[in-house]
Amino acid sequence: METKPEQLKHISREESAGYDHKTQDYIRNAAAHGLYEIRGLGAKRKLPNFDDLVFLGASLSRYPLEGYREKCVTKTLLGTRFAKKPIELEIPITIAGMSFGSLSAHVKESLGRAASELGTSTTTGDGGMTQEERLSSKTLVYQCLPSRYGFNPDDVRRADAIEVVIGQGAKPGGGGMLLGQKVSSRVAKMRALPEGIDQRSACRHPDWTGPDDLAIKIHELREMTDWEKPIYVKVGATRTFHDVKLAVHAGADVIVVDGMQGGTAATQTCFIEHVGIPTLAALRQAVEALEDLNMKGTVQLIVSGGIRTGADVAKALAMGADAVAIGQGVLVALGCNSESYIQNGQHLSAEKDYAALGTAPGFCHHCHTGKCPVGITTQDAILEQRLQPEIGAKRLRNYLKTLNMELTTIARACGKQNVHHLEREDLVALTVEAAAMARLPLAGTDWVPGMAGY
Amino acid sequence: MESMIFDLATTPLRELNQFLHHEAKTGAVEKVVVLNPDGAHNIAVGLDCPVEVEVKGHAGYYAGGMNKTGSVIIRGSAGTGVAENMMSGKVHVKGFASNGAGASAHGGLLVIDGDAGLRCGISLKGGDIVVGGSVGSFSAFMAQAGRMVICGDAGDALGDSLYEAVIYVRGKIKSLGADTHIEPMSEDDLAAVADLLAQAGMEHAPSEFKRIASKRELYHWNADANQEY
Repeated sequence: METKPEQLKHISREESAGYDHKTQDYIRNAAAHGLYEIRGLGAKRKLPNFDDLVFLGASLSRYPLEGYREKCVTKTLLGTRFAKKPIELEIPITIAGMSFGSLSAHVKESLGRAASELGTSTTTGDGGMTQEERLSSKTLVYQCLPSRYGFNPDDVRRADAIEVVIGQGAKPGGGGMLLGQKVSSRVAKMRALPEGIDQRSACRHPDWTGPDDLAIKIHELREMTDWEKPIYVKVGATRTFHDVKLAVHAGADVIVVDGMQGGTAATQTCFIEHVGIPTLAALRQAVEALEDLNMKGTVQLIVSGGIRTGADVAKALAMGADAVAIGQGVLVALGCNSESYIQNGQHLSAEKDYAALGTAPGFCHHCHTGKCPVGITTQDAILEQRLQPEIGAKRLRNYLKTLNMELTTIARACGKQNVHHLEREDLVALTVEAAAMARLPLAGTDWVPGMAGY
Repeated sequence: MESMIFDLATTPLRELNQFLHHEAKTGAVEKVVVLNPDGAHNIAVGLDCPVEVEVKGHAGYYAGGMNKTGSVIIRGSAGTGVAENMMSGKVHVKGFASNGAGASAHGGLLVIDGDAGLRCGISLKGGDIVVGGSVGSFSAFMAQAGRMVICGDAGDALGDSLYEAVIYVRGKIKSLGADTHIEPMSEDDLAAVADLLAQAGMEHAPSEFKRIASKRELYHWNADANQEY
């Protein structure tokens, strides 16, 4: 007698790698709306990053410093090349450029207060300088962006440094967006736009087009400020080696390199995930460019895009950055993606508000909607009350202090009296990818992929 | 002292600009004359007082850039970005202007007697521009507020992605940009053109001008607009 083939009792669930749930959702969304998805924050995909590096602490061949007693300097000087008044920071951790418009006025004030207390700088964003941030931030970097929204010579004069923004890691080659919900009357007035429109910023500067023009533009800003203020140039990470060289040639005092993990308030998802290179690879290229031009130490380098921890800061410095800039980490410190917010001394749940946006705490990237459940990326008069400047400033101060303590802990363990003495030789990589991108040896070997012919 | 002369053949530009930012601001002089500009970039940038600057010759990039309340007259042609980001006051180019003239100007008046190059009035934010001749392509790109009067012709994609700025053109328009159309001239428009022409010292009949403004169809995301963005 012939036996029937056995029937499976369970449903076989084999998810397609190419057409997984995420991809299917994407296709159905595209079919339903005929428009690309726009969202906030940075690349969510897994990338080689600073976690793939480790420090070689001191042992017999190196001598460590006592963790709590011996001095470890964190002072940082930026803009020493041409500016008469370079920026002096107490810590090498700065706050990245984020606009009033994308963030509430309360948040901008929190950033300024915390940064001033810890002796570091904050940066304006697309849309100009607000009175709140100038008053609260002791050291304020004023961005000159393609849109020139709210760009005002009086603010150039009262800034401490000027940052010419060429691009952003989340969207190199693209302009910013601010959807109608966030174009409140105050934001609209500052930007000279009609209230409530879906605002798309230009991606190219209106009055210059290439590196030779940029040199003249930088010269204009120097003449304008009597050569006092440092001029930064910020690039999104792509052809970083060449871009950094061109920015140096154009006369920048400081180069800011923003890797693809860098955040945004609103950008096309395809842009966030598919354009630009990881911070790790960009940082190495930027340092090589400065070394190639013999400009290391003359032109300072700030790196941003996915710097979250003190270890990240230490690794960035060891690879050759002079300072880091943090955006998303700062937002998370303020309460971004948190389950609750504080009002009248009470922790109140924000879960329903996340659900209304079709998301949950820990997964939210709906900055573009202006309906931030914890009151950070909003212009809504009620929502913005969910983050009071005092509470925000305290959280941020704690976060920055923690990062700085971690940074000095690692520096001391590596035997450095100054965090800027951390060096590439202190680092090794844990993965082949990170080793290749950072050009560091794979741990326990002397193999650097791509070097010495193999 | 009523006026002061800076000869750029012998004096560094930096001295001129620092004088304009500091001494001129104290009211030390009413007028500064710049000799031998020889196409130097960044002449009289960042003026912050009602001083008059006369440039006797051609200026390079960004002449009169970021001007606030000053008055600059260029007796020659001007390079890229003349009067860029002007806030108030006046910049008058007696010759021709290169690309991006009056870019992002928030206020004030830019007058160009001759032609202007590409992207004249790009990103305009409230300033007024009067061009005696023609303007190149992509002029008034993304212009947000303010007025442009073009006595000659306009190139391709005039007023592309225009917001609330208004353009008046007397001659031919090669093509209009996205979300832009010609609207009828109202009495207010005729008066505005007459006033701007008078300020610029140009004589044309306002009735010869067309009004170009935004259709306002791209102010909000619209899936049916396809690649018009």
